This record gives sequence, C-alpha cells and structure tokens, in this order.
Amino acid sequence: MRLLTTAVFAASVLAAPLLAAAPAQAEDPTYTLTIKDHVFEPSRVEVPANQKVTLLVKNLDTTPEEFESKSLRREKVIMGRKELAISIGPLKPGEYTFMGEYNADTAHGVVVAK
Amino acid sequence: MLAAGLIVFREMLEAALVTGIILAATRGVAGSRLFISGGVILGLAGALVLALFAETLSDTMNGMGQELFNAAVLGLAVVMLAWHTIWMSRHGREMAAQMRAVGSAVSSGSRPLSVLSVVVGVAVLREGAETVLFLYGILASDGDSLMATAFGALLGVVAGAGVGALLYAGLVAIPTRLLFGVTTWMVTLLAAGMAAQMVTFLSAAGVLDVAMDPVWDSSGLLAEDSLPGRLLHTLIGYIDHPAWPQIIAYGLTLLVIAGAARLVARPVRAQA
Repeated sequence: MRLLTTAVFAASVLAAPLLAAAPAQAEDPTYTLTIKDHVFEPSRVEVPANQKVTLLVKNLDTTPEEFESKSLRREKVIMGRKELAISIGPLKPGEYTFMGEYNADTAHGVVVAK
Repeated sequence: MLAAGLIVFREMLEAALVTGIILAATRGVAGSRLFISGGVILGLAGALVLALFAETLSDTMNGMGQELFNAAVLGLAVVMLAWHTIWMSRHGREMAAQMRAVGSAVSSGSRPLSVLSVVVGVAVLREGAETVLFLYGILASDGDSLMATAFGALLGVVAGAGVGALLYAGLVAIPTRLLFGVTTWMVTLLAAGMAAQMVTFLSAAGVLDVAMDPVWDSSGLLAEDSLPGRLLHTLIGYIDHPAWPQIIAYGLTLLVIAGAARLVARPVRAQA
C-alpha cells in the first residue's frame, strides 16, 4: 500500500494550491435565463465574445434540470426552484448550443458570442 | 417512456463500460467478482444518497460543489487505475504465468482488488445520481405514469448493461496470452480520458484558470454526443473539440502510467 499512499499524498500536494485559489466570482456581465415548463427563456442569448460571462440560470419548475452543453463544456444540475450561476468563456465569436438534458425534447437554447 | 429509457441508457453506458473493462481485466482472479459487485452496490447506494443531498452539494463551494465533487471522484479513479496498472506491471506477468500453469483461477494474493471496486463504485455513483434526479423529475411532473417510467428506466438499464456485457464478451474472447496487454492499455486509456474530464470540471469550477479554446473540432466527423462518440469518449477519452489543458492532462496521464509501469516492471522471479 506504500505506493498508493505516496500517490494519494502526491496528488493532494499537487491539488492543494489549486483548491486554495478559490474561484473568485469576478464582476463578469451576467445574463439571466429562466427554465419554465421545461423551456429556456430566452432561448437565444447574445453575449460579448472574448471575455468571461456568467449565465444565471433560474429553474422555475419544481423538477431538477441538467444544463448541458458540449460546446461550452458545461454540465450542471439545477434543482427545482433553484438558481445557479454558470461562468462561461472567453468565447470565440460563434454559436454554442445548450440543452436541458432531462427534457431534451423541449429545453433547447443557443449562446451567440459576438 | 422511451425518453426515460434513452436517458437512463446514456447515463448507464459509462458505468457499464467501465465495469465491463474491469471485469475483463480481472478475469480468473479469485475474489474479483465479489469486489466488483461490492463496488457496484456501494456506488448505487451512494448515488441515492448523493441525489438526496444534491441541493446541498450544489450550494457548497460558491455553487461549484458539483464540479469539484466530479473532479475529485474522477481524480480518485485516475489514481486508483494508475496504481493498479503500475502494480500489475510488477506482479502481473508472474500471475499470468501461474494462471496458465494452473489453468484456472489463482488466488488474488495481495492484488489490490479494493482499488478496482472504488473505480467501479465511483463510475456508478456519478452516473447513478444523475439518473435518480432525472427519474425523480419525471415522476414529480405530471408526465408519465410510474409504471411507464419504471418500464422505460428498466429498458435503459438492460440496454446499458447489454453494451457493457458485449464489451466484456469481446474482451474475454481475446486469447489469455494477449488479454493482459489489451486490458492494461484499455485501463490506461480509461484513466487518461478521466484525467481530461477532470480538467474540464476544474476549469468549469474556475479553479483551473486556463484557456479552453478548442485545438480542433471534429464534431462534424464524429459528434461526441452521438452513440459512437459517447462510447469512444468513455473508452479512450474522445473529445470532439479538445483544448490544450485536456490534451496535456490526457498525455501526461498516459506517460506517467506507462512510464512508471515500465520502471517498476521486473523479470519473473521463481518465488512469486
């Protein structure tokens, strides 16, 4: 087990400075999205390109939803009647689709970086 | 009902593939089935608890609890897979020789099977918790009936497990002589893919502040959310638009595991 102990120790030593640098929510421009009846509103969000922005996703439904976007590299469960901030970017100009994985039939949207 | 089946299938897939690989890698090792089933059961139990406390987890660490939790369990799995692979490179050959001589199961000896049950357990845990939340959502909204949802979910579980079983069957059809080498590489690639995924979560949490611009985009060729894309994503860590930090994490993990395995490997000794 000595090798394992060493490996775990090494991993925690390496990870420590990362965790210490806690995520400081910067003053990025914030865009609010709501989920109601499993639909995103607005479903098209225009954001500035080349800078970090925050999507504040408010789930007005009582059921959980998973915000998922491969192109934005984000997946996050938002419980019913909760809101969560999702920091994205800096994005190159272009379109980035996202969806609610738990209701993929209705919950779709796109972030447009300009 | 079909929607429920499809999403359960998707969530199941990763856990089923991981389990299939680990089962094949430990084939013929006494006690391995027990440890792996134990991992699956603990993972399922953990998934229920995790789903129950999803809101609390979500709110911790400045709302980044989910990302950090995912990064942590992926990191744990990477360390365990690396440890197992390196350990096996030291002891595997003599065990394989012994297995051939006896013609059947050998005692696991000091082989770190518990390490593998952790890997299987966290794979089930991560995907399981999301499945529980999804099913809860379906049941809580007026949509489908309990029966239809349960049936759909069951279909998804069976289909997911079926893919895992297919992978296992394919692997064990490989001659024993080659199986060890093949599974070692599969486990190493699995670990590398998980390391890249960990980077994604750390960057999403804002802990790792690095540029995540895509180096290439092959989503037109093979989309990551297609079925083959998902399979490759789990098996070899395929990402259709990887960023440098992900590529570096992937490459480093491969290098460290393969390098350390080579370093500690020793010729077969008589005592075994």
